[in-house]
Amino acid sequence: MPNILDIRRRIRSVKNTQQITKAMKMVSAAKLRRAQERVMSARPYAQKILAVLNSLVTRSEGQTHPLLEDRGNERIQLVVITADKGLCGAFNSNIVKAALNFVGENRNRQLTLNCVGRKGRDLFRRGPLPIAHEAVNIFARLDYSHARQIAGTLMEEFANREMDAVYLVYNEFKSVIQQRIVVEQLLPIQKLAKSEEGSLIDYIYEQSPGEIFGSLIPKHVEVQVYRALLESAAAEHGARMTAMDAATNNAIELIDSLTLTMNRARQAGITKEIIEIVSGAAALE
Amino acid sequence: MDTLQLEIVTPDRLLLRESVEEVQVPAKGGYLGVLPGHAPLITELQIGEISYRQGKATRFLAATGGYCEVLPDRVIILAEKAEKAEEIDTTRAQSSKDRAEKRLGELQNPDIDFSRAAVSLQRAIVRIQVSGKRGS
Repeated sequence: MPNILDIRRRIRSVKNTQQITKAMKMVSAAKLRRAQERVMSARPYAQKILAVLNSLVTRSEGQTHPLLEDRGNERIQLVVITADKGLCGAFNSNIVKAALNFVGENRNRQLTLNCVGRKGRDLFRRGPLPIAHEAVNIFARLDYSHARQIAGTLMEEFANREMDAVYLVYNEFKSVIQQRIVVEQLLPIQKLAKSEEGSLIDYIYEQSPGEIFGSLIPKHVEVQVYRALLESAAAEHGARMTAMDAATNNAIELIDSLTLTMNRARQAGITKEIIEIVSGAAALE
Repeated sequence: MDTLQLEIVTPDRLLLRESVEEVQVPAKGGYLGVLPGHAPLITELQIGEISYRQGKATRFLAATGGYCEVLPDRVIILAEKAEKAEEIDTTRAQSSKDRAEKRLGELQNPDIDFSRAAVSLQRAIVRIQVSGKRGS
């Protein structure tokens, strides 16, 4: 028979855990809202940059840039964006799985990793693939300078022909309960679309279009990285919120079933005592 | 009176969207004034102050690099960083100015990146200048 005291202790401990998961859920909810706002407010900048780039492409036909150069996919750097912390359900493991899938598909190519986020870094450090760069503990105070730094190294190495392509793997924020894993090519920049409407405007250029083009392209890459980081941060908070909500519900269930067992044990104890007394009295007669 | 739609966007947010009568931007080749009906233009920006006029009121912003797209009825500024005059933390700007000046003073120190220090000095000076013009 289970000991009542043990069960009580167990209930108390589950209750404590439940309080923690509940608190984490609230914190994540608040952070999620902020992260979502940041994703939204980063959008106009990205769109405007792309719009200007597209209109430049239309005009400056045959413009080349080191970051546009397609050299095939022989040497690839994979940027894996995970979270810095765990306790967010399958968030990190999904990303790692997607990254390993990618690695499997490109087995015969030369791969290096660039780990953003502690969880992915810790895991891949034990694996056979070389980690070229890592950025950990950036999500607590994420801002544009992180994106600039990460994108800067990537662009420099790409321009120096240290690798031929750069891919990003990250979680895109779809909704609070849903993340979508995205694998996308960052470098060389995919063909920019020529906009139909932009081609009608005949701009005056203070600098030559080539010059503006050359300095806008790196901005575009930075923005892409920044967006991926923000999406991942928002997705992480969403995932953590759902995970913690589930954990809280599980704790409630567990407490219920433990309480039931405890009451049964208590009842059984009382019954046993009564039987003992009754049979004791019967023996005296 | 004709007006322009002025939009200032930074990577973090849409900073400003207003109807204005005149805009001045720090283009690479010097300050550039834009009035409604300006010919379409694209230019790179340097560190400097953006100012715009609505009626009699003129407002100022400090901006760090970026691009400016001018259309006859619209001005879109893509700034890497931009702050409204009233948002600038003057003491922080002053301290970063002091720091940059100190760095530039240590000519013999090989660890110091002079171009970076010079840029941050310039930025701090602009921010101090602009913060002095709040609400004027």
